[in-house]
Amino acid sequence: MRSSCQEPRPISAHHPHGNCDLRALEKGSEGRNEKTGKASNPGALDRKTSPSVGFGALMQADMQQSPGTRPKGLERQVSSDQIEQLHRRFKQLSGDQPTIRKENFNNVPDLELNPIRSKIVRAFFDNRNLRKGPSGLADEINFEDFLTIMSYFRPIDTSMDEEQVELSRKEKLRFLFHMYDSDSDGRITLEEYRNVVEELLSGNPHIEKESARSIADGAMMEAASVCMGQMEPDQVYEGITFEDFLKIWQGIDIETKMHVRFLNMETMALCH
Amino acid sequence: MSHAEGHSWQNVGNCRPLAYAAFVRVFVYFLSDYQGFYCNQRPHWSVAEGPRWSDLRPRCPHLGAHSLCGHWISSSKQPTCRRALRGHKCPTGCSTSPIEQTLSPGSCDPGKGKTELVFWNLEQQAELLSWGRGQGRASNSEVLAGAMVLGEGVKHVGSMGGPQGLLSTLKLTCGEWTTAPVASAFPALLGSLKRFHLSHKVTSVVPESALLIVLGLVLGGIVWAADHIASFTLTPTVFFFYLLPPIVLDAGYFMPNRLFFGNLGTILLYAVVGTVWNAATTGLSLYGVFLSGLMGDLKIGLLDFLLFGSLIAAVDPVAVLAVFEEVHVNEVLFIIVFGESLLNDAVTVVLYNVFESFVALGGDNVTGLDCVKGIVSFFVVSLGGTLVGVIFAFLLSLVTRFTKHVRIIEPGFVFIISYLSYLTSEMLSLSAILAITFCGICCQKYVKANISEQSATTVRYTMKMLASGAETIIFMFLGISAVNPFIWTWNTAFVLLTLVFISVYRAIGVVLQTWLLNRYRMVQLEPIDQVVLSYGGLRGAVAFALVVLLDGEKVKEKNLFVSTTIIVVFFTVIFQGLTIKPLVQWLKVKRSEHREPRLNEKLHGRAFDHILSAIEDISGQIGHNYLRDKWSHFDRKFLSRVLMRRSAQKSRDQILNVFHELNLKDAISYVAEGERRGSLAFIRSPSTDNMVNVDFAPRSSAVEASVSYLLRENVSAVCLDMQSLEQRRRSIRDAEDMVTHHTLQQYLYKPRQEYKHLYSRHELTPTEDEKQDREIFHRTMRKRLESFKTTKLGLNQNKKAAKMYKRERAQKRRNSSIPNGKLPTENPVQNFTIKEKDLELSDTEEHPNYEEEMSGGIEFLASVTKDTASDSPAGIDNPVFSPDEALDRGLLARLPPWLSPGETVVPSQRARTQIPHSPSTFRRLTPFRLSSKSVDSFLQADGPEERPPAALPESTHM
Repeated sequence: MRSSCQEPRPISAHHPHGNCDLRALEKGSEGRNEKTGKASNPGALDRKTSPSVGFGALMQADMQQSPGTRPKGLERQVSSDQIEQLHRRFKQLSGDQPTIRKENFNNVPDLELNPIRSKIVRAFFDNRNLRKGPSGLADEINFEDFLTIMSYFRPIDTSMDEEQVELSRKEKLRFLFHMYDSDSDGRITLEEYRNVVEELLSGNPHIEKESARSIADGAMMEAASVCMGQMEPDQVYEGITFEDFLKIWQGIDIETKMHVRFLNMETMALCH
Repeated sequence: MSHAEGHSWQNVGNCRPLAYAAFVRVFVYFLSDYQGFYCNQRPHWSVAEGPRWSDLRPRCPHLGAHSLCGHWISSSKQPTCRRALRGHKCPTGCSTSPIEQTLSPGSCDPGKGKTELVFWNLEQQAELLSWGRGQGRASNSEVLAGAMVLGEGVKHVGSMGGPQGLLSTLKLTCGEWTTAPVASAFPALLGSLKRFHLSHKVTSVVPESALLIVLGLVLGGIVWAADHIASFTLTPTVFFFYLLPPIVLDAGYFMPNRLFFGNLGTILLYAVVGTVWNAATTGLSLYGVFLSGLMGDLKIGLLDFLLFGSLIAAVDPVAVLAVFEEVHVNEVLFIIVFGESLLNDAVTVVLYNVFESFVALGGDNVTGLDCVKGIVSFFVVSLGGTLVGVIFAFLLSLVTRFTKHVRIIEPGFVFIISYLSYLTSEMLSLSAILAITFCGICCQKYVKANISEQSATTVRYTMKMLASGAETIIFMFLGISAVNPFIWTWNTAFVLLTLVFISVYRAIGVVLQTWLLNRYRMVQLEPIDQVVLSYGGLRGAVAFALVVLLDGEKVKEKNLFVSTTIIVVFFTVIFQGLTIKPLVQWLKVKRSEHREPRLNEKLHGRAFDHILSAIEDISGQIGHNYLRDKWSHFDRKFLSRVLMRRSAQKSRDQILNVFHELNLKDAISYVAEGERRGSLAFIRSPSTDNMVNVDFAPRSSAVEASVSYLLRENVSAVCLDMQSLEQRRRSIRDAEDMVTHHTLQQYLYKPRQEYKHLYSRHELTPTEDEKQDREIFHRTMRKRLESFKTTKLGLNQNKKAAKMYKRERAQKRRNSSIPNGKLPTENPVQNFTIKEKDLELSDTEEHPNYEEEMSGGIEFLASVTKDTASDSPAGIDNPVFSPDEALDRGLLARLPPWLSPGETVVPSQRARTQIPHSPSTFRRLTPFRLSSKSVDSFLQADGPEERPPAALPESTHM
């Protein structure tokens, strides 16, 4: 069933690289570099063109930036083939530029219908997700950053041990948390939560803002009662911290929820 | 059983009920139409001519005996003609009336004077009973016994006690026909006894299906000892037309769609490739052993073995459901096994038919072309069956969209149209099981949204009742059918090797397929899962019915096949059913966990869905999430618009539903706790000075009639508003009491009216009383939750007031048709966060159109107060009533929210996750302060003699 639905999917975004052939890719970095031509950021291109190395370097960089947050052995999960594919897609999106800006995401037609589209695109540029800083947004991201974001969605490998699974789960939840916590203060406030819920439910025109809001309020109360237990009458619940967030997710399987099989090569047909 | 031996219809006409209920009439009409259609259109299966293309065309094996008119069995042998009720003439001259057929689709053996009678419809049973009474032969007790069967809702196969029948030997000499109800009540009652009265200890170890089979064996033994005739048998016709559809429909209608489609690839692989693999390997291996001479001298060829393999290969949905429901393996595993058992029907049908016709042809005459035809027919059968199911699901959804004014027959449509999909695909020789499964799967979303809450409950219960009744009967009659020495032919090698081969090849097949699947699956199937998958391959009644259908003249060793199948079924259901639970525990298979749906979980889940589909969009691949996203978009944009009521479209959002559900559950447990404690005073804060404790106890009957009844009945439109009035102050109490007083006068103190004893067959109108109850309930819950919210979030007073205004206003706008002046354009949510820093700034931060917003918000309260405003000049210092905010007195006369028309789901604040069910958790409620609007104070002030009669208990605790 799966194979049947994975035939090449036309991308309407115009891109000069549309007819890239596999031979060029197989030839490796040189050929593609020449073909790509106008690389304004040679460093990034260098890494990208030897993908496995690039990803290793990326991992290293990650480890330096946030030591201990990355489980070991994740490199294995994104093979060089997969990076090739993603790189082609990256080129497609960026219009052959070394970096992607927010506007580039407008070229993805299917994204239009996504109710939380802006939040997702924002997450791509979020410094916290990129591990570049505690807050703020990047203006543009290069392929490495793109890969970093994509790597949040890797499926859990069977070879990973408990600890690694737990870590990767945490990472995935952190991604979601950052999406909710738009002002990067480490807390999802009621206002932020409402915002998200409103956007989430905006796909259904019949649900009014107020209902969304009261749902958010209800969820917030639920979170409060989960995380704080019994509250004193005058106690104030300020917002969901990441620890609370983990508590809320306790016992919930995210195996199928936060994984994309996009890193599977047979299924990718990006090059048209 | 006796299909192959020829039979006639005897005396069936006598028991034709005189009058039929409308429901039956509709059904019979359809049935007779089908019959007519069938008789005129279909060529008859002709053995002598050999299979033509039309013969090879997939014909459902269930139809080997076309039960509706019975030609395929009876026409060639004994075309007994009976007076046709509807005048349909069949080419063969068989024109049994549909009613006669529904009463006797099975067989009757003139020699023994016995007739099998199928009670396939409750109403028919009722009719039959009344007929029996009309004949003056049935005593009341017998009718009662029959009525108990009715009560069980058990579709039942009974036996008409003939002169030499079981019941006559049991000295029940009530006459020829009237023993029927007793006979049918007998096993059914036993079955139900087993179902409900066996201790949990037994059923926790032994699966019910196994118990039922054993019970059936015992019963069969008794019958045999008494009579030496196998009176009760599970005939294929009865099984395929009356017992199987309810079970499969139940499975489809309650199928967890997301899970099912998420694993569809895996399920299909197991169902198609796995079944073919099982059939081929089992058949071939048996043949190989046969050639070695181990089985002795048997009159079977390769094709017979393959035929046997094909019918024994399929995993049986009934058995799988019965066993796995008690095992509680994780849902992915369950859906794979169960989905496989449902979807492999098409494969079984085709394999069975193809090999059956090959056997009939003789091995030498089979050409390659025939094989190709067989393969093509697989696609026709499976896709065609699915298509029929989808079409009928569409039809059903469309019909239920327009049944708003005929609520009472809504549930009927669900059953009739689903059953029609089954019959239609039977008629077209497609896979009927696939058809009814997909009908259930596809229609569930729209039907559940369209039909009323009460109808949904009716459908749910009826479906479960029919399914579990059918399941009981199937297993019991499997047991009973086995007690018949005439069908037993023992061949040790054959039986044992069959058992070994089906287990071994199942395991091998599972391992091979899983290895392939795991390369593509995101959630891997672990070795442990594979063990359960292989071990869960239970065979059941489908195999038995198929093997009974075989033609004894063409398949020489039919009896051997039958006995082997019985052994296999018993072995898998009893032995594997018994051991699978310990196995699952021993292997530590991940179990399914039942958890309360949580709002946060749902919200995050939704967010994840969108993120995943976005990631797939961005990375540019078509994956599962992408497809789901596109489908849900398509569904929202087109399908739902066509198939759902407008009102349902609005409220139909999963998150909203969960929200609503949780609210309701909270409310119910809240009130239930109050009832349990005999008072709702427990929600008061201990600091509240006046501890009013209104006792529920004296009025327990009233409470029961109103509160709990109401809570459970009125599930639509509950508005629970969370925002509170908070911070009670003594100074305003008088004013508040006055307000309350007027509120009560206005809404609650209407004298209770007598229920009008209007009888209507078509409508269930809510009485005035119920409406009033509903209002009271809404109000009560609303207030209570308000008070909760206040303390929980620890909001600043002004904040809360402001927020409440907004929410009230919003609710009003939703609820009432009256537009409330200017709508708030874009609420600056930043102003209303509950972060502390904002709290301090709250007074200065107010938005310019704050008052504008509030004007709508207060209208409810204001409308309450308007009468008293002049009477109570005493300072109202509750911010809600403070003059600067309550400017708009012009907008006062509004409908309060609870008076608004009910269909819309009014989302409200969810109070809390856990409401105390027991004293241990009870203390969690203590910090809540009750709002100043408590009516208790009013009671105190006015003295006990003013207590309102019936509505008081719940209304006094707002």
